[in-house]
Amino acid sequence: MRQTQELSYNSKIEGDVVLTTVDSAINWMRKNSIWPMPMGLACCAIELMAASCARFDIARFGAEVMRFSPRQADLMVVAGTVTYKMAYAVKRIYDQMPEPKWVIAMGACASSGGMYRSYAVLQGIDRLLPVDVYISGCPPRPEAFVDGLLRIQAKIDGEPALRRLKQVA
Amino acid sequence: MTNAEAVERLRAELGARIQGVDEFRGETTVRIELSAIEEAAKLLKKAGYRTLVDLTPIDHWGEEPRFEMIYHFFALDSGMFLRLKGRVGGEEPLVPSLSAVYGTANWQEREAFDMMGVRFSGHPDLRRILMWEEYPFFPLRKDFPLEGQASDAGGVAFSRPAPMDGGPFVTQPAEESGRREPRAHPADGLQEENL
Repeated sequence: MRQTQELSYNSKIEGDVVLTTVDSAINWMRKNSIWPMPMGLACCAIELMAASCARFDIARFGAEVMRFSPRQADLMVVAGTVTYKMAYAVKRIYDQMPEPKWVIAMGACASSGGMYRSYAVLQGIDRLLPVDVYISGCPPRPEAFVDGLLRIQAKIDGEPALRRLKQVA
Repeated sequence: MTNAEAVERLRAELGARIQGVDEFRGETTVRIELSAIEEAAKLLKKAGYRTLVDLTPIDHWGEEPRFEMIYHFFALDSGMFLRLKGRVGGEEPLVPSLSAVYGTANWQEREAFDMMGVRFSGHPDLRRILMWEEYPFFPLRKDFPLEGQASDAGGVAFSRPAPMDGGPFVTQPAEESGRREPRAHPADGLQEENL
């Protein structure tokens, strides 16, 4: 994981001044307020729900605001078996999410089709969406999901946010 | 009404269209000409078999007639199951629908159509139920490959063959746990064992 200099309140300064770059300020805000879109398609979604509840509590990382509307979300968690019948629906939902957005493929099925070497199952959601983090497990434990979330945070932290914004503008 | 009584009534009403009755471990199977299946279902429903538990086709690939329909009826008062089955042939087999007698047959027949390509005459709404409408194959037929086939239905859906990588993988009984892991099985060995 990339080592970053954490921006936090420094009691020695005791003032209103923080020196930083715009990039790290934007990234700091983004990574600590990820709004996940729970694309729950199978049993992985149960572990995803557990991760958002009190015991594992992804609110500790600012990601507790599960949004069921893609227009309000910036992280899609594909949790479960993506059938071919559902595949384009997942893609449409992803397309509706505003930039910047990230994707977690949670569990064996979303990552590779898992145990379903079958006529009906898409062999990994990465055939349709750009996946940032894959989480192994069938299903993964909530700790594994939290680890994936932290990796997404690390990835966000390393992004050239300002340059991207300029490109869009 | 018990199974024996029900079979008697079926024989009396349908005569030669009942092709035979098998008993196995307390289960009764009536072999029937499928043209009489709707009539038989009406009789059974009147006789107390008020539940159509299950309806399913089997693909006997390589035999003719190729498909076999199997119906399970249940009577609550006697607690007995009765099985009816009959053969139907052809690439597009056609069977009379039971959806007018048993409401539950509607969706079950749609599934049989979707997976096996069995058509049901008199069905009010014979559409695919699991796969999308434009899917061109019947995936549970024996001549359909396990890994699937490629198809494209515009923006609706698509499918691609899954990579089998030497599979399908099967488990074999063994003392050592490592040898019980699923692994590719040579097809010849598999056939020998099943003889």
